[in-house]
Amino acid sequence: MTESSPMVRQPHSPAGREPANLGDILERVLDRGIVIAGDIRVNLLDIELLTIKLRLIVASVDTAKEMGINWWERDPWLTGKNQELLEENRSLRNRLAVAERSRPALPEEEGTRERSREGEEPDG
Amino acid sequence: MDDMGTYLYAVALEQDSAPLEDMTGIVGGPVRTISQAGLTAYVSAVPLTQFGEEPVRQSLEDLDWLGETARAHHRVVEAVAAKAPTAPVRLVTVYRDEAQIRDLLEQRHDAFVEVLSRLAGRREWGVKVYAVPPVASPAEEPAGDAAPSSPGTAYLKKRQASLRTREESWRQAAARAERIHDVLASAAVASHRHRAQDPQLSGRDERMVLNGAYLVDEARAREFGQVVEGLRGEGIDVELTGPWAPYSFTTPVEPVESEARDDTP
Repeated sequence: MTESSPMVRQPHSPAGREPANLGDILERVLDRGIVIAGDIRVNLLDIELLTIKLRLIVASVDTAKEMGINWWERDPWLTGKNQELLEENRSLRNRLAVAERSRPALPEEEGTRERSREGEEPDG
Repeated sequence: MDDMGTYLYAVALEQDSAPLEDMTGIVGGPVRTISQAGLTAYVSAVPLTQFGEEPVRQSLEDLDWLGETARAHHRVVEAVAAKAPTAPVRLVTVYRDEAQIRDLLEQRHDAFVEVLSRLAGRREWGVKVYAVPPVASPAEEPAGDAAPSSPGTAYLKKRQASLRTREESWRQAAARAERIHDVLASAAVASHRHRAQDPQLSGRDERMVLNGAYLVDEARAREFGQVVEGLRGEGIDVELTGPWAPYSFTTPVEPVESEARDDTP
């Protein structure tokens, strides 16, 4: 029996409700819920037990300051270790840098541009 | 039975506990209840060859195993939570035997009761907000003789051209997410912001700007849903999930060092 009839009586469940996907479930069962310490055989008290692989997926994604800056690294096109694309990326960026230098930068862009340079080499 | 452990899914008040019709838990074992001191624990037997500390450590490397285990755990918790205020327990909490669970219910009785009373009549809802970048027509090909040397070049050029726009729309969406969270939190008894999910986890390319959990009185569930609906709009996509067992609103049953994790950004 896998019925999980919600406790909330919903004559009409709110439109746009999504079924719980594995990501949501993992996030909750791994990171939330009651953590009990004590005389027990197995207890994953520490998220550190989780592997690097998993931590990458459940990892925190920082908000605005990081987002949009390392966008290139997060692009699915570029995370596939496609060397040719990486090369193209680099050369394009150089060409763009030249193009950008030929116009005055807006003041609030300065900081952003500096940081984006640091994060512009994809690790792939 | 030396090789079997007792896997704990959730705890509820004994007075609320209902029989679980043929529910199967992790590795297909039947879920049963252990009642002590007015509390009921929902458990099933698991082989320690799989659920001992070392095997679990190794199994966690295996995302398929993890997914299957998480779903089975979640299924049981949801079924219990559908019938009574429920305190879900963290995945893979395994005891040697029933006696240990009875001890747990005795020793931590007050803490469990406190958690359960806070959760009574309330369910958790999840709201995720994504920044939807302005759509650039994918059919746009750079015209003329300056045809790019490869599709990759064309793609990258187009993306770079829209990067600034995306950043701007991202910033706006993030600011809106803050406001959305405030509105939702005011319609809830409690709220908790989870970390934004990586695209691998969310399964979506758009950036998540809000990953909130909201503890809502059952009586206000529909209203909460309507509030969420009212938030939809240009530039963002809103996802509502739930009702969940109140995973995000349980606190450790005793002060443990893992509490510190709660505050890590």
